[in-house]
Amino acid sequence: MTQYETLIPINVITGFLGSGKTTVLSKLLRAPDMGETAVLINEFGEVGLDHQLIEHAEESTLLLENGCLCCAIRDDLKTSLRNLFSRCARGEIPQFRRVVIETSGLADPVPIAYTIMAEPVLQYHFRLGNIVTVVDAVNGMESLARYPESEKQAAIADRIVLSKTDLCEPGDEAALRAKLAEINGAAPIIDAVRTGLSGLDADTLLAHDIYTPEGKRAAIDAWLGEHDGGHDGGYEDAHAAHTSDVSSFCLWFDDALDWTAFGIWMTMLLNRHGDRVLRIKGMLNVEGVADPVLINGVQHVVHPPTHMTGWPDADRRSRIVFITRGISRERIEASLAAFNALANPAQSGRAGVAAE
Amino acid sequence: MCSLCGVLGGRGHWTESTSTPEAFASRLDATNRRRERQTRTAIANRILKHYGLTLKDWGGSSYILSTKTGRTVIVDNLSEIWIAAEALTQGECDPLDEGLLADLGTGR
Repeated sequence: MTQYETLIPINVITGFLGSGKTTVLSKLLRAPDMGETAVLINEFGEVGLDHQLIEHAEESTLLLENGCLCCAIRDDLKTSLRNLFSRCARGEIPQFRRVVIETSGLADPVPIAYTIMAEPVLQYHFRLGNIVTVVDAVNGMESLARYPESEKQAAIADRIVLSKTDLCEPGDEAALRAKLAEINGAAPIIDAVRTGLSGLDADTLLAHDIYTPEGKRAAIDAWLGEHDGGHDGGYEDAHAAHTSDVSSFCLWFDDALDWTAFGIWMTMLLNRHGDRVLRIKGMLNVEGVADPVLINGVQHVVHPPTHMTGWPDADRRSRIVFITRGISRERIEASLAAFNALANPAQSGRAGVAAE
Repeated sequence: MCSLCGVLGGRGHWTESTSTPEAFASRLDATNRRRERQTRTAIANRILKHYGLTLKDWGGSSYILSTKTGRTVIVDNLSEIWIAAEALTQGECDPLDEGLLADLGTGR
């Protein structure tokens, strides 16, 4: 079987209408390492403009014909990706090592992820890479508040790029950052303006993820950020101050988790609440496994688990970041502890949550 | 491809450690696919009991999910088990349900 890490990564660049996705993408594509990148553009209300901006990638660009990349038309995405791969195999287009999909402003990126991960042919050639969400610093707060599409795009992001920060008041930017941290405390926020756009690091944004040797440790640091001390400070603060029903929190478990019980619990949780469990990311201490096991899920779409070679430090606790809509930390924590205890009756019902 | 039905299959389910041996290398020394399936079936049955359902491993390749009245469904993996369980019971199988967690805690 093809190792997951060797599959061609597909990055998704998303963001609400007018947030500046194409500007960011066009800058990223100029990075030297992005030369062998195929780009799929979903045009919606920006016909022509988007294409013009990235025309240097036209050798490997396919334009999807329909509007949003949602469930109803993911056949288009499937066909486009299959065609892309076939044309490359036949030598009709240059070899590519990466694909970037720019979604429309109203798109839900999850069906894209599902198509990549679940389509019978695509899953043997491609894997889902980082999801990058561009948030407009001027209008972002209003979009997040008024449009569920915008909030979801931010919630499932692996990286958030702030655009137009030079056009907004400093206080507004701080409020937006706090809001984004509340929605998705696990995604690094990169200021596109202060990095000068041309300074946007394509490796950090696109290339490095938990399936690349360079990206594993950085990804774990980003997921857990300031919570390495075992306290849930950042997430807890954000949760307490939250004004929407999307929130992120991190659970820590002292005892090793049983992989079988965890799989049963998580599949059951996603089956019933997958529409409200927007992201799960974690580094697990699995019973009987020496190295930490990394898990990564976007709603119903779960990546195959991977591992780090050795623990980053002496701390052997499992830590899992959840981004949920309307499900409390306490309910998740109690449920997972109860399921884990089924495989480890000697342990108490509570698996030991360090932050408490 | 499934030799019985001819349907193209995907990669192994993410919950099966044997599908990603690179992540579970040290664990696989001490276990194997069949033993993992036995453990999975046993733990799943603790939960499914709450809904009046039972699960059996079928030849190491699929599972048979049954009601007390004998209705059965064949499923391939954990994700399918919960879809089938909800269809068979016409209800919700919710891991956050306090009634389920209470049952699990008391071993009922």
